[in-house]
Amino acid sequence: MTSSRWIGIGGIAAAALALAACAPGAGDATGSGEQETPTEVSTDLASLGEITLTVWDQEVRGGQDEQMTRLNEAFQDAYPNITIERNSQSFDDLETTLRGALTGNDAPDVVQANNSRSVMGAFVGAGLLRGLDDYADAYGWTDRYAPSVLAMSSYSDDGTTFGEGHVYGLPQTGEVVGVFYSTSALADAGLDLATVTGSWEDFTDSLATIKDSGATPLELGNLDGWPAVHVFGPIQGQFADPQEIATLAMGNAGGTWLTDANEEAAATLQGWVEDGYFNDGPNGTDYDAAWADFSKGSAAYLIAGSWLAADLEAAMGDDVGFFAPPAPAGRDLATTGATGLPFAITANSPHADAAAGYLDFITSPDAMTILAETGNMPVNDTAALAPATGVNKDVFAAFGEVTTTGHLLPYLDWATPTMADTIGAALQDLIGEQSTPGEFLDTLEADYAAFVG
Amino acid sequence: MRHPRHLPYLYLAPGLVIFAAFVLYPLARSAQFSLYAWDGLGASTWVGLANYADLLADPVLRAAFGHAFVLIGFFSLVPLALGLALAAILTHGRVRGLGMFRTVVFLPQVIAMVVVAVAWRQIYAPDGTLNTALRAIGLDNLAIPWLGDYTWTLPAVGVVGTWVQLGLVTVLLMAGMAKLPKEMYEAARIDGAGPVREFFAMTAPNVRAEMAVALTLTIIAALKTFDLVYVTTGGGPGNSTTVPAYEVYTRAFREGAVGSAAAIAVTLAILIFGINLIVNKLVDRPAG
Repeated sequence: MTSSRWIGIGGIAAAALALAACAPGAGDATGSGEQETPTEVSTDLASLGEITLTVWDQEVRGGQDEQMTRLNEAFQDAYPNITIERNSQSFDDLETTLRGALTGNDAPDVVQANNSRSVMGAFVGAGLLRGLDDYADAYGWTDRYAPSVLAMSSYSDDGTTFGEGHVYGLPQTGEVVGVFYSTSALADAGLDLATVTGSWEDFTDSLATIKDSGATPLELGNLDGWPAVHVFGPIQGQFADPQEIATLAMGNAGGTWLTDANEEAAATLQGWVEDGYFNDGPNGTDYDAAWADFSKGSAAYLIAGSWLAADLEAAMGDDVGFFAPPAPAGRDLATTGATGLPFAITANSPHADAAAGYLDFITSPDAMTILAETGNMPVNDTAALAPATGVNKDVFAAFGEVTTTGHLLPYLDWATPTMADTIGAALQDLIGEQSTPGEFLDTLEADYAAFVG
Repeated sequence: MRHPRHLPYLYLAPGLVIFAAFVLYPLARSAQFSLYAWDGLGASTWVGLANYADLLADPVLRAAFGHAFVLIGFFSLVPLALGLALAAILTHGRVRGLGMFRTVVFLPQVIAMVVVAVAWRQIYAPDGTLNTALRAIGLDNLAIPWLGDYTWTLPAVGVVGTWVQLGLVTVLLMAGMAKLPKEMYEAARIDGAGPVREFFAMTAPNVRAEMAVALTLTIIAALKTFDLVYVTTGGGPGNSTTVPAYEVYTRAFREGAVGSAAAIAVTLAILIFGINLIVNKLVDRPAG
């Protein structure tokens, strides 16, 4: 027998073996996402006996890692019978490895799962996360959190509706996307904070003023596609109805991308490119390189998320400030933003009581103080815990203002399992002037419509 | 004493069992996954060949395979042409420091592709090494954002592939040329053949086997490119540099379309196998 025939036989044997095995996913202990009848929950952690709690998080940056370490130590001091086994990875790594981990036999007890449909939505639909309503009642989480915040980690049992249903996770921090500015760069163009934040028109006029003075108004590093979502989102918030944006961003039925307001927003972004407001080649510039360039004075503005505040302050000191994009006359303040990644409990965790106690501990008022001390923006008590000076004072104030008097708009890439890749590529096409605003909206509409059916 | 007829297979068994467990079984399992609609988390639905039909209908994916074929040019054909010339010069020219030169040419091969990609990402940055050099010699118009340009990003990624593969191809061909007898060349010289004639009449035909090996290895590398694209462009700008292996990754790990990802992977495996079969049929004939 020749070796090739032998391999052929091996292949057939292996194929037969494989096909005799069960269909993919059939062997997993996953239900239809139905919640079991809630058993009696306990909030008395000390009586639970010796437990090891496995926690997977993505709190890897300086201040994030510090708050997690401190809270874990405090928790273990308070409950010596519970040991925290922490596994910390970057945002991207966690997103990639979580799918495999949750379907495995020794899934972690507590995981940080992005609110998006591609992560939390998919896990809820597959019955891999535990609904937290019973614990929310026991611990009073509904009083601790604003309803709009809990809505961002709420899904229906089957994972089809996002924004209502059962609570599946608790976030620690808040995030707001806005405009970082350099005081000295504004002064060079003859501008100051008051002249550029009066209204949306004042802000867009200032872009032209800065350009005419020979400087670059806006810095953007869009090599990876997603950073432009944080520029387009705030622009869209000045034109479109906040409720309609929320429907689209959460991938719920009943919305459409094909509106005049959305087209105006897309045309505005492309207009900024045509007018030369951005640095050269935003699509070829790395995200981290862009904010580093901005901190060295390459541009007057950087439209980005509040998570860059600490790094920018370290580089720029008191030259850097932050404001939420000012609203056009007669409209409410509106910008993209949300919570940090919510902490969730896995459906098959045998230690749900301990896990819920842990969630309660790391989101308590005391935890919020520790978060603020370590340079993070707490999702609750934000205004009270704001620092007295520095860019984080501006950030906390902007978050407080948007959440109380304005509209915090969900991230557009939460909408569907494929939307992150779709909108990233579509925004590169729009910024690279490969597509018209109309074609850009068609691309997003196709993705959205295919999902909501 | 006669050995039993199946004794050789007993010797083969350990290796074969490992090969079956780590190559054949996952391959068959992937082929099975490709027949289902599955998000990698919950239950799956049998869809037959629908995933494959979707591949044909998906313009992004068709473009991804197109990009992979462009990369074959940069990974295989350009290095082969350059490598033949380089190897001929290095073998016959009296080059000082030949050993060192060979090492330098081969060096990109031994560096992990991710490291190579990170380095080139710096080179291609808007204010990176390449643009700084271009501006220094007054070619400001050529200083474009190399990784964010709809025309030049794919070639820019391809050039990295050329740079990596050139060393491997050159060293392979040099090994082939070294085994040609010197007397042949002396005879050719006496008959009045110049170096160019000598190359086409004798050197090139005699390294067919090495050419086949070089083409096989580089074509496989081109078609299964993932790390280079993942690190440098992430498939962008738009979808202008996405490749099949990158689509497998995004669908399986980011978008929860495991069936579709498996269908791409199976298609890619068949394609790589087919192309290399053709290459070996065409190139690898015993030199007469």
